Amino acid sequence: MTEPTSTPAERPVGGDAPLLQVRDLHVDFSSGGKPVHAVRGVNFSVYPGQTVAVVGESGSGKSTSAQAVIGLLPGNGKVVGGQVLFDGQDIAHASKKEFVALRGRHIGLVPQDPMSNLNPVWSIGFQIREALEANGLAKGAAAKERAVELLEEAGLGDAARRAKQYPHEFSGGMRQRALIAIGLSSRPRLLIADEPTSALDVTVQRQILDHLDTLTAEMGTAVLLITHDLGLAAERAEHLVVMYKGQVVESGPALEILQRPQHPYTQRLVSAAPSLASRRLESVHRAEVVEHAREHAVEAHERVAGGTHAAVGADTATPNVIEVRNLVKEFHLRGSGLRGETLRAVDDVSFSVRRGTTTAVVGESGSGKSTVAQMVLSLLPVTSGSVLFDGVDLTELDRKQLFEFRRRVQPIFQNPYGSLDPSWSIFRTVEEPLRVHGVGDAKSREARVRDLLEKVSLPASSLRRFPNELSGGQRQRVAIARALALNPEVVVCDEAVSALDVLVQGQILTLLNDLQAELGLTYLFITHDLAVVRQIADDVVVMEKGRLVESATTDEVFESPKQAYTKALLEAIPGGSIRLGA
Amino acid sequence: MSETTVRPGQEHYVAPLDTTPLAAVDAVDESTPSASLWGDAWKQLRRRPLFIVPSLIIVLLIVVALFPSLFTSVNPRYQELSRALEGGSEGHPLGFTRLGTDVYARLVHGARASISVGLITTAIVVVVGGVVGALAGFFGGWIDALLSRLVDMFFALPLILGAIVMLQALQGRNVWTVALTLSLFGWPQVARIMRSSVLQVRGNEYVTAAKSLGLGRFSTLARHVLPNALGPVIVIATISLGTFIAAEATLSFLGIGLPSSVVSWGGDISNAVPSVRTDPWILLWPSIALSVTVLSFLMLGDALRDALDPKGRTR
Amino acid sequence: MGWYIGRRLLQMVPVFFGATLLIYALVFLLPGDPILALFGERPASPAAVAELRERYNLDEPFIVQYLLFIKGIFTLDFGESFSGRPVIEQLAEAFPVTIKLALIALAIEAVFGIAFGFLAGLRRGGLFDSTVLFLSLVVIGIPVFVLGFTAQYLFGVKWGVVDPTVGGDPTFAELLLPGAVLGALSFAYVLRLTRNSVAEALSADHVRTATAKGLGRPRVVTVHVLRNSLIPVVTFLGADLGALMGGALVTEGIFNVPGVGRLLYQAVIRSEGPTVVSVVTVLVLVYLLANLVVDLLYAVLDPRIRYV
Repeated sequence: MTEPTSTPAERPVGGDAPLLQVRDLHVDFSSGGKPVHAVRGVNFSVYPGQTVAVVGESGSGKSTSAQAVIGLLPGNGKVVGGQVLFDGQDIAHASKKEFVALRGRHIGLVPQDPMSNLNPVWSIGFQIREALEANGLAKGAAAKERAVELLEEAGLGDAARRAKQYPHEFSGGMRQRALIAIGLSSRPRLLIADEPTSALDVTVQRQILDHLDTLTAEMGTAVLLITHDLGLAAERAEHLVVMYKGQVVESGPALEILQRPQHPYTQRLVSAAPSLASRRLESVHRAEVVEHAREHAVEAHERVAGGTHAAVGADTATPNVIEVRNLVKEFHLRGSGLRGETLRAVDDVSFSVRRGTTTAVVGESGSGKSTVAQMVLSLLPVTSGSVLFDGVDLTELDRKQLFEFRRRVQPIFQNPYGSLDPSWSIFRTVEEPLRVHGVGDAKSREARVRDLLEKVSLPASSLRRFPNELSGGQRQRVAIARALALNPEVVVCDEAVSALDVLVQGQILTLLNDLQAELGLTYLFITHDLAVVRQIADDVVVMEKGRLVESATTDEVFESPKQAYTKALLEAIPGGSIRLGA
Repeated sequence: MSETTVRPGQEHYVAPLDTTPLAAVDAVDESTPSASLWGDAWKQLRRRPLFIVPSLIIVLLIVVALFPSLFTSVNPRYQELSRALEGGSEGHPLGFTRLGTDVYARLVHGARASISVGLITTAIVVVVGGVVGALAGFFGGWIDALLSRLVDMFFALPLILGAIVMLQALQGRNVWTVALTLSLFGWPQVARIMRSSVLQVRGNEYVTAAKSLGLGRFSTLARHVLPNALGPVIVIATISLGTFIAAEATLSFLGIGLPSSVVSWGGDISNAVPSVRTDPWILLWPSIALSVTVLSFLMLGDALRDALDPKGRTR
Repeated sequence: MGWYIGRRLLQMVPVFFGATLLIYALVFLLPGDPILALFGERPASPAAVAELRERYNLDEPFIVQYLLFIKGIFTLDFGESFSGRPVIEQLAEAFPVTIKLALIALAIEAVFGIAFGFLAGLRRGGLFDSTVLFLSLVVIGIPVFVLGFTAQYLFGVKWGVVDPTVGGDPTFAELLLPGAVLGALSFAYVLRLTRNSVAEALSADHVRTATAKGLGRPRVVTVHVLRNSLIPVVTFLGADLGALMGGALVTEGIFNVPGVGRLLYQAVIRSEGPTVVSVVTVLVLVYLLANLVVDLLYAVLDPRIRYV
């Protein structure tokens, strides 16, 4: 077992020789026809006890490179060139048997998604014990005991009881701790951490990464950290490897790369990285946008008032387009028992959204932020309290008024893969709102759809395409075009950029910001990501466990947060403490 | 964890731009022709033997069922008792049955009974099961609870057992009564599959988006949910068609399916049983016809599953 | 787990009443005289008609008839067949034989189905996989009675390996062929299901993690792949019991196995309506019970269910 006392530099053996050296690695995937070159000529080294981060967007080949190191490429993937030297031995083409000996004992893995990486039918203790037994470290009762110790070491309280439980009884963070316990159980010299916390809330993420840092430092374990988050990488690693389309575009000391990126891609990545340093995107003066929004609202009123029924709201546009008052939402859960339990998902929440501005509702999972969005969209009935749109309570709208309301408030959802009907062409998708609301004739609708696609910078040739042919960012543009088709006053963005790669995310945020100025839109922005809030929001509402914690302007929240929870959220933003280059 | 000295192999490296060209962020690939999901499925299917072979057989069977006279001019009911159990001869390639009817002619004319029972039953089952499943899955709540219990009740009666009870109490059996009986016990399966498929589709954000557009519930169901939930139902319908044909044959074999006045493979197999030890081929031909028919639908269903139902994929 | 069992039991109550009501309604609510229908094509003596009319309480309102029918089920009173023997007596004789047969069929389909499916799933897309997949489809495509006669002819008549028919009080060895025929269809389904769920489990994230822990391939595929893949297979086995009973009807008829299936087979052939109704009712009850057992087994296999 490795002694955890010495620092990497003082280590007698291998202090100067790299533990892992990847040389000119090439990995191909064969899927049907032509092979796909997923990794092309990648080079990097990891020294004992050192943390090296490989950063890249999805499809950059970062995970594939890591999988090649531990011999876990998917069935159709193959190392077609180069070397992987572990402790001087080339393991790029090691036999299955050699890899079995290597894995766990010498190279550990902490995988990405804690929800799917534990076997649901075995207890946590069993799954740790198994690793110990496979690597010949302990057996039987001793293994059982050791498993409990390892869980404790990974920061789980009441470990003896926890070891007997099954994965579904654990929260995401607890599962990730269990996975860390498994990854480090045999004291490997290299730990591959593949996006170890990207599925977790920021505050949990921070705790777990801190803990992982402490453990690996104590044990002298080298860490190969795979991440999409430049801030996180810079904060945790000494050496950075930036990958783009299967190649390394830049590598070197973490701070140097962040502060003086040389390659245009890295520069792009650094400037797009949402962090504390970034500011509200500005296109026009805010006051002008607000004025524009008011005009837009008045126009909308006139348009609506032309109808036979009474218009929603008064003749003049109110400054607060949305007011949420003492909003409560309860869900009845079918628990173990006849009566079940009641969950208060939203608990007495009040805030207002100023016309022509962006209000962000921030919170971690379970904070009730999305439930608020659903109620503002009138997709979910309120338990008590009210949502006022333009001064009118949504619950008092009749069917006709509700239909009219839908025209004025539109959503954009998170999942770019689920928000477009896969069997509808882009044209039909964007045209649908116009048809539903009987706007124009076929010809004018087509012109409008073309216009909308242009607004979201999609080529006209995408009209005839289907969602499965577009990337996540492009689908999100289509979703934006659909939301804008009816010229709404308010757009509710429910985690609208969370599933996107950072560069695409930046692009979509800029687009949303430009559209706001151009069309006088009001945004209600639901997100878990404070860094995004900084870029787009004017006002912030912080939620925790259904309750409103703090609500203020963005600057106030970021510069002088009043509540401990808000402070914790801010501190947990990865890379927050690092000053980026100009 | 700050390290001041840079170790060998970790110097600041910047890749030359000409080997790592930068593409525009998130550009649309305009080179490929556009294709819908159904188009993709078709493209994938038309190259697979597992799809082509059964499709050809099924087309042939349908032609035989519609126009049996194209394939034989012999009356399948005409008995030449003197030639009973005689082997193949000129004009009677497969010989004669125990009752002196022409085996080949009965084979050709038997296709109609099997195919029509299969098609009628499947049509009813898809409509009834599809509607029940879609309503239960889409509306949820008490509608779902009620419909699901109803499905459970019918599901508790296995197809053949339920059909036996009903058919033995029915007078005047024909293709329609047999098909209706099989439908009565066959729809719950389609309902279950439709329900789970609709449930899955219903959770998608495009359905919520349709709702927030102000699209009515039934329009949402018809325009967005059903088209996307149909894949697994098409698959199970194809497979069920084969199963229903087999079930009809089993019932006819038991003597409570189609009456002897209708020429059917199941009835012919039943009639051939007494002479199975001496003249097995009389039993063999309708058995082969029946098995090939059922197998074709199963194979087609399998191929369709690969193309339409990504979750149940076998490859 | 207690709540889970309780809920399952509760859910079974309406299903039980619904299914029995359905059977009863099918016989007695169809157009025409149900009593005459029960006699099928044979002539009915006025005495027998009167007896049946009384037995089924046809002079009472329908709901009373039904309730009396339910009472009959709970008191194990299923009436008599046309020969005058109580149906329950015949069932008591036949059940042990059918259970033997069903166990053989179940063992064959479970053991071979899981084994072949497992191997095919591990080598997805390979020659073995493709062959086994196609052959299983062929087995599913051949109706049970065709398969039964073919097996009977080949093994019993042509090669003379076994007796073509079984006869009274059969031994396990005698039941092997009918059991294999009975299990063949489900064997193919089990095979395909196992194969698919093994193939799916193989690409599960937690299997990759298990490999990364340093476990050898044999341990990974048994402890982590097979164990998880068995859950849907077990559920299938329960639901499949219904098909098995339909199959037993044909198989026992062909091989002359003196079980419940043959009892039903003969009742159907002889158009003994009342016996058919009674036997089917009993089989449906067995089916419901078996499904309940499977549900409980499911809870044992899958810890996620246990605490719901």
